[in-house]
Amino acid sequence: MSSAAEIEGLLRELTPQALAALVRRYGDFGSAEDAVQEALLSAAQQWPTQGVPESPRGWLITVAARRLIDWRRRDTARRDKEAAAAEFLPAQALSIPGPEDELPLDRDDSLALLFLCCHPALAQPAQVALTLRAVGGLSTTEIAAAFLVPEATMAQRIVRAKNRIRATGIPFAMPPDDQYGPRLDAVLQVLYLIFNEGYTATSGPRLQRTELTSEAIRLTRQLHHLQPHEGEVTGLLALMLLTEARRDARTRHGALIPLAEQDRTLWNAGMIREGSALVSAALATEPLGPYQLQAAIAAVHAQAASAEETDWSQILALYRLLEVFTPTSIVALNRAIAVAMVDGPQAGLRVLDGLDGDPRLAASYRLTAVRAHLLEMNGQLAEAKVHYHRAARATTSMPERHYLQTKAGRIDQG
Amino acid sequence: MKYMLLIYSNPTSWAALSEAERSGLNAEYGTFTKGIIDSGEFVSGDALADTNAASTVRVRGGKTDVTDGPFVEFKEHLAGYYVVDCKDLDRALALAAKIPDARLSGVEVRPVMDMGGTEM
Repeated sequence: MSSAAEIEGLLRELTPQALAALVRRYGDFGSAEDAVQEALLSAAQQWPTQGVPESPRGWLITVAARRLIDWRRRDTARRDKEAAAAEFLPAQALSIPGPEDELPLDRDDSLALLFLCCHPALAQPAQVALTLRAVGGLSTTEIAAAFLVPEATMAQRIVRAKNRIRATGIPFAMPPDDQYGPRLDAVLQVLYLIFNEGYTATSGPRLQRTELTSEAIRLTRQLHHLQPHEGEVTGLLALMLLTEARRDARTRHGALIPLAEQDRTLWNAGMIREGSALVSAALATEPLGPYQLQAAIAAVHAQAASAEETDWSQILALYRLLEVFTPTSIVALNRAIAVAMVDGPQAGLRVLDGLDGDPRLAASYRLTAVRAHLLEMNGQLAEAKVHYHRAARATTSMPERHYLQTKAGRIDQG
Repeated sequence: MKYMLLIYSNPTSWAALSEAERSGLNAEYGTFTKGIIDSGEFVSGDALADTNAASTVRVRGGKTDVTDGPFVEFKEHLAGYYVVDCKDLDRALALAAKIPDARLSGVEVRPVMDMGGTEM
């Protein structure tokens, strides 16, 4: 007999496959998705006691298809009564799937499902919710809990997204060739957003929500299996693994511990090995991209046995490349830190001076926090303290604020 | 599915174009229209006269009120439209991207409501 956790894992894996088969056969995404959710619920109730059926995917498809057909018969009967006219329904729409549905799925089907959920005609919160439900097999209750929103809010978001898919005619298909690049970017953005929401929880008292990070890694791993030669997919999976590897070292008693002060023995060696191997493979063969470069930077950090042994000149070179792809203020800030580590704090402070007028940083505490750090490195302790306090006042994250206040306090003790 | 492609245009940016640029864009419109007629996706389409020629009608309490000008005043106005019948949203978006004004301002893609169903 399989454990509940094993069954849950199996159901999550099968969700997109069952759903893709149903949408392929019956067309309508919204009701197919509802039917699959009901089949998942039945499976979660029955399989632990009655055992996992011989063909679990076939079971899910059959149960979901029966449900869908029931709904259609009811709809047709109601319409018949109202219109007193028989609606045309293709024979296939009323038949339970046969053995041909046991054939291995076209790998494009799982991909097409991901592209559908992340279609740019949907707002990003809708893309995220749909991806977690339709591809990830999470229930609305689970998604709502992960994002700390009321279940009714999340349910409404999902219903609206599905109505929009139907009303706008978003297809269940691979994107047109000339749209493939931007559409893949949209998918990666959604997966990274799910990961980040779990990693740096934007709200709430907890700093990390691991269920979302592991779900994001699982979905990105699936995408990597489907598209092993997409360098940015490989890069994103590597970036997630290398970031997640530091999770246990990143906080202590709810307080944030910066990279340089982390206990590196707590880092997950297996994830670092896998992430480093992935990023090396991607960098050697694929065209460069921002996820690969961020992963490469994370790998350089991960490979240093101590903070002092970090190869900062390599990190600086990678940030310079990254800035070509994503010229954002956050990348520039990180480059300033790398410059300070390679050429000294004064050189880093000069980079920061160049960012002073940047409107994107005006409202952020980050520029002030980095300046405080570099001033401290340069021995300008009084000024550093002023900047630590100023940054602490500007951040909305409690753990970040606590960290910055601690840094200011340490200057007095030192 | 049927979609209306609503072409929004900024009269001042059109006015700023040279004669050659304008005739180039008009030729592009001709090619685009011919393309969707040949593919069988064209249902209808027209260019609209300037909003200077627009009147707006509102009936309140049985009384008809007519004002000069468009329903809402924007920098961009509705300059024309196509109705196309095509496979899905991705195709409609691809067609919209080929309309010259998509580069200059923007094209709104709206599904035409299917009165036979419940899509809303």
